[in-house]
Amino acid sequence: MSARLLEIVINAFPNIIIAGITVTVPLTLISFAIGMVLAILVAVVRVLNIKVLSQFFRFYVWVFRGTPLLVQLFIIFYGLPGVGLNIPALPSAIIAFSLNVGAYASETIRGAILSVPKSQTEGAIACGLTSWQAIYHIVLPQAIKACIPALFNTFISLVKDTSLAANITITEMFMKTQRIVAVTYEPLALYIEVALIYLLFSTALTYLQKYAEKKLSYNSRSVQVA
Amino acid sequence: MIKLQGLYKSYGAKKILNGIDLEVNKGETVAIIGPSGAGKSTALRCINLLESPDKGTLTIGEKSYDLSKLTNKDILEIRKSTAMVFQNFSLFENKTAIQNITLPLIKAKKINKAEAEEIALKNLEQVGLSDWKDHYPSQLSGGQQQRVGIARALALNPEVILFDEPTSALDPEKVQDVLEIIKRISKEQHITSVIVTHELEFALDVADKIVFLTDGRIIEQGTAKEVLKNPKDERTIKFLGHFADKLEYVI
Ligand SMILES: Nc1ncnc2c1ncn2[C@@H]1O[C@H](COP(=O)(O)OP(=O)(O)OP(=O)(O)O)[C@@H](O)[C@H]1O
Ligand SMILES: [Mg+2]
Repeated sequence: MSARLLEIVINAFPNIIIAGITVTVPLTLISFAIGMVLAILVAVVRVLNIKVLSQFFRFYVWVFRGTPLLVQLFIIFYGLPGVGLNIPALPSAIIAFSLNVGAYASETIRGAILSVPKSQTEGAIACGLTSWQAIYHIVLPQAIKACIPALFNTFISLVKDTSLAANITITEMFMKTQRIVAVTYEPLALYIEVALIYLLFSTALTYLQKYAEKKLSYNSRSVQVA
Repeated sequence: MIKLQGLYKSYGAKKILNGIDLEVNKGETVAIIGPSGAGKSTALRCINLLESPDKGTLTIGEKSYDLSKLTNKDILEIRKSTAMVFQNFSLFENKTAIQNITLPLIKAKKINKAEAEEIALKNLEQVGLSDWKDHYPSQLSGGQQQRVGIARALALNPEVILFDEPTSALDPEKVQDVLEIIKRISKEQHITSVIVTHELEFALDVADKIVFLTDGRIIEQGTAKEVLKNPKDERTIKFLGHFADKLEYVI
């Protein structure tokens, strides 16, 4: 690697990282958090088969799982102003990513809720808990624990998908890299560099996943039996 | 005191319970026996409304409920005045032994956490599991899990505890432990209870009254000796026939 190229790569690093920390990371975390709340709500409503709302959510999941994320971003950011709805770029991205995560994760969580044995709910309501209390304290924690690996898949996908926000004028890591490429003409090295930074973020999440799994492990007999 | 009158239940066109009348006085233990598929579990689960009865009247203490038109409030009230010990334990897998007991106390009975823990510890001690309080159900043996199940039911201090074959999922060597505990609480604490069981000797030993249920009807009831010495119905005679040698020795 020539000295010039090395200098470009080194100089780019803090710039890309700053875009990562100020845009990619918050965009990911906020969208994931909102998406998870939405997913849990949708999953519970669909499992309980609450009328109208349940059908509405089914339609929502169908649409958001069945259309490209990039198209959704474009409709929200470039399309909606056509009907007078001007949503700034960052909120547009958060809306699209949250709705997308919500649609995917709701299916994962719904499946997990259905796989919690009926005896768990029966045990709870026989003790006088309401159905909602049974869901909140007993069923959901078990369901979410069971789908931690699948939810982290969604999480990691989201980190990478935030690069799509570059298409709606958001200067996240990828957009930042593109800009640096535009003035330095070193696409190979710089795109590999940003790829490695994404890899770093994804890897951090896999560690977080291991930690979450360990923290929530209550049914491994390896935890000493006195 | 709890009293069931004219309890009917069917699944679709299939009639499961055809008019059950059952009275359990305060402090009494009633054992329900009968062949498999008779409707014993269904009857028990109609009492705490895990199944919804078609019709009948349920009286718990002073209060009577028309089972064909229950409000959500009635249902919650009935569930709060009963507790159940399940064949498969039904402990909360995501909660430790002590949390299994405190959660319903805090959430359903609105008891504060400190007091709930005190009650839970006292009941865990009764079933000999104080040292296991922080273990999750998956870290406990079947016998231990069922003891937690019993402690959870006792802690709720209900009008009646419903036991549905509490020992039939246990290893043979654990059955006696659990039966001993049930017997002890029944005799010493005078807990009002209804026990569905296949353990006939045990039923004879603890039950103040035995009820023989078959084809969704109670066809015989009385004290253990009455039912066992002078069974009137030939279905009872036939059922008891399987246990003849054991019974001879007990009576
Ligand atoms: N959810 C259900 N749908 C349809 N039929 C049911 C359902 N639950 C129970 N039954 C039927 O009701 C009848 C009574 O069942 P129940 O479980 O009350 O019997 P049991 O006396 O407890 O038998 P066991 O001694 O085998 O536990 C059985 O014929 C069973 O197949
Ligand atoms: Mg049964």
